Amino acid sequence: MQREGSAFSGLGVVMLKELSDHLTSIRMRVLEWLVVLIALAALYGAIQQIKDTTAEDPFLFLRLFTTSRDPLPSFVSFLSFLVPLMAIGLGFDAVNGEHNRRTLSRILSQPIYRDALLFGKFLAGLVTLAISLIALWLLVVGLGLLLIGIPPGAEEIARSFVFLLVTIVYAGVWLALALLFSVVFRSAATAALITLGLWLLVTFIWPVLSGALAQIFIPPDPRYTALGLQTPATAQLEQILARFSPSTLYAEIVVALLDPTTRALGPIYLSQLQGAVLGAPLPFGESVLIAWPQMVGMIATAIVLFVIGYVIFQRQEVRA
Amino acid sequence: MIADAVIEAHGLTKTYGSAVAVDHISFSVGRGEIFGLLGPNGAGKTTTILMMLGLTEISEGDVRVLGFNPAREPLSVKRRVGYLPDTVGFYDNLTAADNLRYTARLIGFRAMEREKRIAAALDRVGLAEFADKRVDTFSRGMRQRLGLAEIVMKGAQIAILDEPTSGLDPHATAELLGIIRGFKTEGVSVLLSSHLLERVQSVCDRVALFHAGRIALMGSVPDLGRQVLGGGYVVDIEADGVGLPERLALIPGVSGVEKTGIGKLRLHADRDVRPEAAAEVVAMQGRLKYLGVQEPSLEAIYTRYFEAKPEQGAQERTRHAA
Ligand SMILES: Nc1ncnc2c1ncn2[C@@H]1O[C@H](COP(=O)(O)OP(=O)(O)O)[C@@H](O)[C@H]1O
Ligand SMILES: [Mg+2]
Repeated sequence: MQREGSAFSGLGVVMLKELSDHLTSIRMRVLEWLVVLIALAALYGAIQQIKDTTAEDPFLFLRLFTTSRDPLPSFVSFLSFLVPLMAIGLGFDAVNGEHNRRTLSRILSQPIYRDALLFGKFLAGLVTLAISLIALWLLVVGLGLLLIGIPPGAEEIARSFVFLLVTIVYAGVWLALALLFSVVFRSAATAALITLGLWLLVTFIWPVLSGALAQIFIPPDPRYTALGLQTPATAQLEQILARFSPSTLYAEIVVALLDPTTRALGPIYLSQLQGAVLGAPLPFGESVLIAWPQMVGMIATAIVLFVIGYVIFQRQEVRA
Repeated sequence: MIADAVIEAHGLTKTYGSAVAVDHISFSVGRGEIFGLLGPNGAGKTTTILMMLGLTEISEGDVRVLGFNPAREPLSVKRRVGYLPDTVGFYDNLTAADNLRYTARLIGFRAMEREKRIAAALDRVGLAEFADKRVDTFSRGMRQRLGLAEIVMKGAQIAILDEPTSGLDPHATAELLGIIRGFKTEGVSVLLSSHLLERVQSVCDRVALFHAGRIALMGSVPDLGRQVLGGGYVVDIEADGVGLPERLALIPGVSGVEKTGIGKLRLHADRDVRPEAAAEVVAMQGRLKYLGVQEPSLEAIYTRYFEAKPEQGAQERTRHAA
């Protein structure tokens, strides 16, 4: 059946309203301050550490992101932790909030499709996250420049910029998940709890669990175990399982981008090392290529989650 | 069927699994008419409304709104129809005018026209001075009025109001019904639903009495009164004069005279006999203090109708009473 008119009429209007809601909301203020303070703390630690180690480093600037100093984790670890929280914070009550405020049926009785409402909310959340992350990135670059005093090279800028884009996509995955649960659960509190629970599971428990599961499916070969090595088949399965988590994908991409010496993600095969000087950095393009499947996987995850939410929302009753 | 119908439903049906919420109903609403969908909670009024707006799928049957099929052309329908949902909500953090601005943008009005329409609409429902107040300070009645302002702003040809008076005090109800009557004078057709029959019977030109997903009775209130209550007008008179009851009983069409108090009489007649009754009192040089005709009450019609058909009425009435 052909639908009348454009599915996206009203999209821009919804997006602008949601965006202005986000940017003026107290919730967003708190999250932003949290992120800025933590980023500053991590950055400070990294700079102290970098100043202490006098070794020559061609990628000094990238070390800003990845270096940690006890007891603080690195900037990247903080970010991988906070970005999902921000995204969930923005999305968990997107649709059920409209239900509970009894605005949904009134808005949907205007000449727009449900598509515009859901997609507008997603875009607004994504733009909000992107604005925050870009501001944060500029803050790091600026402070790095001021405090280390060495301008970053073009490649370092390129790598950290792709890292920024990937982080925005990562935020999009969690935003899509939060949006999905805001469609499924009528109570915002339930939606928030379940999304957070899933985040904990996928980020902290799943990596451990995938190791255990891999050992159950492919018991380790005692010959390898005797040598203190992982059985290759088991390790491979573990990695496949672990990659079902967007957190794993994100961590792998970050390693490939911010540590130019990364030659492969996961177990390294002899063929990949042939002709390579161990520890020599890869060119930017090749680093991106290594992480390409992970990037595609993450984008696909975001799209699939959004589409599931979309399909459920289309068939949902609008009445309160 | 009505010649100039803005809404026409034929065999409209909605099923949820095996449960039938709306069961093959047919009705039509004429241009400029106030049509009431009345009946107890759970009778299927809201479901019918949602189907007309294309907000829920139609299981069977067909409905046309201004000639459009809401399932196929929802945007055409929604552009021309204003909807006030049951317990309407607004964005509490925005002002009344900003809430309307958002809707106006969704509809696609340009900035100039938007502001003009919003000001006029708020004025129309008596909220002009609250335009820049946040909605979280609004009472229930004000929110309902803001909902009506949205319909005015939209310039809708049809206003569909779901339980517009529920939860309102008598004063707010009267105000709201006044605005709804105003819609009619502006040529806007109104379809309203309510489970409080007597509240809205005065504004409705015609009503459809819903019962368990079906329309049990449909027509104007006086027509239904004649049809169900056995016809007959009840005229109350308060006047003095010796032998007045006897003289009134002689008026053609009067079937009985009843004394209801000192100087108070109640006539039962098959037509409105107020002119003749007044003439009699004057002829006797009596003083006429009160003369009125009782509208048949929808509540009475509903109760009487389902008393006559207890097999389907009993369960629904207890739910209604609760
Ligand atoms: N989403 C739903 N799933 C199943 N049954 C429903 C659903 N929505 C409404 N109903 C049923 O449909 C019937 C009609 O409901 P409704 O149209 O809301 O009645 P009214 O507006 O007259 O009070 C009720 O019996 C209700 O329980
Ligand atoms: Mg209802």
